[in-house]
Amino acid sequence: MSPGLGVEFRGVGLAYGDRRVLHDIDLTVAPGERVCLIGPNGAGKSSLLRCLVGTADGRQGAVLLDGVPLEESSRESLARRMAVVPGQVQLPFATRVEEVVGLGRLPHEHPLLGPRPVDRIAVLRAMERVGVAHLAGRDARELSLGERQLVVLAMAVAQGGGLLILDEPTVHLDLRHQVEVMSLLADLNARDGTTVLAVLHDLPLAMQSFPRLVLLDHGRIVADGPPRDVITPERVRDVYGVDARFVPGIG
Amino acid sequence: MSTGLAPEVGSELVTARLRLGRWEMLRRRPLWLLTGGLVLLLCSLVAGIVLGNVPVAPDQTLAILAHRLLGWSGPVTWTPAAETIVMELRLPRVLTAMAVGTGLALAGAVLQGLLRNPLADPYVLGTASGAALGAAIALLVPIQVAVLGLGLLHILAFTGALLAVWLVYRLSGGASAGSLTSVLLTGYAVGSLLAAGIALAMYLSGANLRQIFFYLLGSFATASWQQLLVGLPLVAAGSVLILTRARSLNALLLGEETALHLGLDVRRERGILLTLASLVTAASVALAGLIGFVGLVVPHVVRIAVGPNARAVLPLAAVFGASFLVLADLVARIPGEVPVGIITAVVGAPFFLSLLRRFRSGYEL
Repeated sequence: MSPGLGVEFRGVGLAYGDRRVLHDIDLTVAPGERVCLIGPNGAGKSSLLRCLVGTADGRQGAVLLDGVPLEESSRESLARRMAVVPGQVQLPFATRVEEVVGLGRLPHEHPLLGPRPVDRIAVLRAMERVGVAHLAGRDARELSLGERQLVVLAMAVAQGGGLLILDEPTVHLDLRHQVEVMSLLADLNARDGTTVLAVLHDLPLAMQSFPRLVLLDHGRIVADGPPRDVITPERVRDVYGVDARFVPGIG
Repeated sequence: MSTGLAPEVGSELVTARLRLGRWEMLRRRPLWLLTGGLVLLLCSLVAGIVLGNVPVAPDQTLAILAHRLLGWSGPVTWTPAAETIVMELRLPRVLTAMAVGTGLALAGAVLQGLLRNPLADPYVLGTASGAALGAAIALLVPIQVAVLGLGLLHILAFTGALLAVWLVYRLSGGASAGSLTSVLLTGYAVGSLLAAGIALAMYLSGANLRQIFFYLLGSFATASWQQLLVGLPLVAAGSVLILTRARSLNALLLGEETALHLGLDVRRERGILLTLASLVTAASVALAGLIGFVGLVVPHVVRIAVGPNARAVLPLAAVFGASFLVLADLVARIPGEVPVGIITAVVGAPFFLSLLRRFRSGYEL
């Protein structure tokens, strides 16, 4: 992946019909940072990601990638710079794992001639890095949900770019793979300088794996900073409505 | 322990290979299949020119072709009638069948991929009904118009097909947020409305009923150089442009949202692909009427063989669609002009069914 890109949300708001899901969000993620969005269901985490990846209609405010408003770049140029791991991906039939990962190279490959050797190398590297090289040759639809999630992550790593956006990348993963994915994100961040912006539901995992957390509630940023400052027993009670004693690692 | 595990792991890998497809070798070597397809197409074209109701000896046929097309200056051993049959009837006919087969198979592959619907075919967005209504009107109106050797029927069929798609596109929200389901259902509704117009035209047509009916079934019997010279460039240009969009169709394999993440301007691309598919379909139906089955089935057969990668599917669909229609037309004219649409269904459906039975668990769009 290439050196990190910064992201800036300026006064971003979003409504689905009459229901406002984001209110005037200001958030800056510096190049090379590793940030995790947390918050209860419906807090606006995925909506905020949607404003960044361009799947939200009718957004207010501005979103800047590397200081430039998103609208000024073509989809293709954006896809070369930021890779997205969506919550769910439907996989095509009879497609090998390496072919699915290869789809991540689409924004780089020649529109007429197709993938070049450099693209194939990027695919192999990404598969090794994410730890799915042993799945090569398998039909992607026959994988377990967790393995699929890793394959989609490998696709995003093969896509490269300075910004990696992940929407709940660990939901279907077992403990070992959760830890492995988190250390992969840390490694991409540390070695390649890739900016990582993720949404996680697992508070202890987020606290352990990210140096900076952004807590959202009702479409507003409630707290932003190092895990220990953001996740306090009071906030867990106020935002999640749960006694912090039930959350391991807090309180 | 390890000896107990090994065979289990091994068998797992074996089943995974099998599920990928019985024709694993072809999947890995789509170029072989393409070469085979081109050879088949060449053989079909030659067979389509050599064989027919009026016997012209094969060596004479080839001599006529060499003489007229390649400038070969050997002795003339054939009758002028034989030359007319080969050059003015059979050659434009097989070339028209080739163009229409290519166009319909490509349009079908594009629309199936774009709409992510296995029942999509070139006619799914109203083109068939639009073209048929245009043709029916042309047959009912007592005016004779000819532009560039094209009759009113061709012009109205072409225009009708394009107008129908345009209407579907506009009504379903066009390039804006219109969901694929709403595009499909709008196509169905507009098609039904236009079909009522066709029924009315047939009811009012009296002596022209047979001609309208003939158009609905599709045929290459009226193929001519003039039609081909206008239709072929349209189909060829559209087909080449479709072949260049393989990357877009591959991005759409994982759904529209992922396609966006992979750098595809989904709305713009939807417009481009729909336009190209409609243009090629409209030119095809203007040339040969409504030939069913080719555009639905050929892309599926190719996908079953090589998987969903559009870089392989598109060229293979083009080549095999062309061969299939040239051969179907040959079968259609040997007993004396059966509408070719009947042949494509009678020959194609059982073949497709047997293929589906074999791969019923593994195949999805």
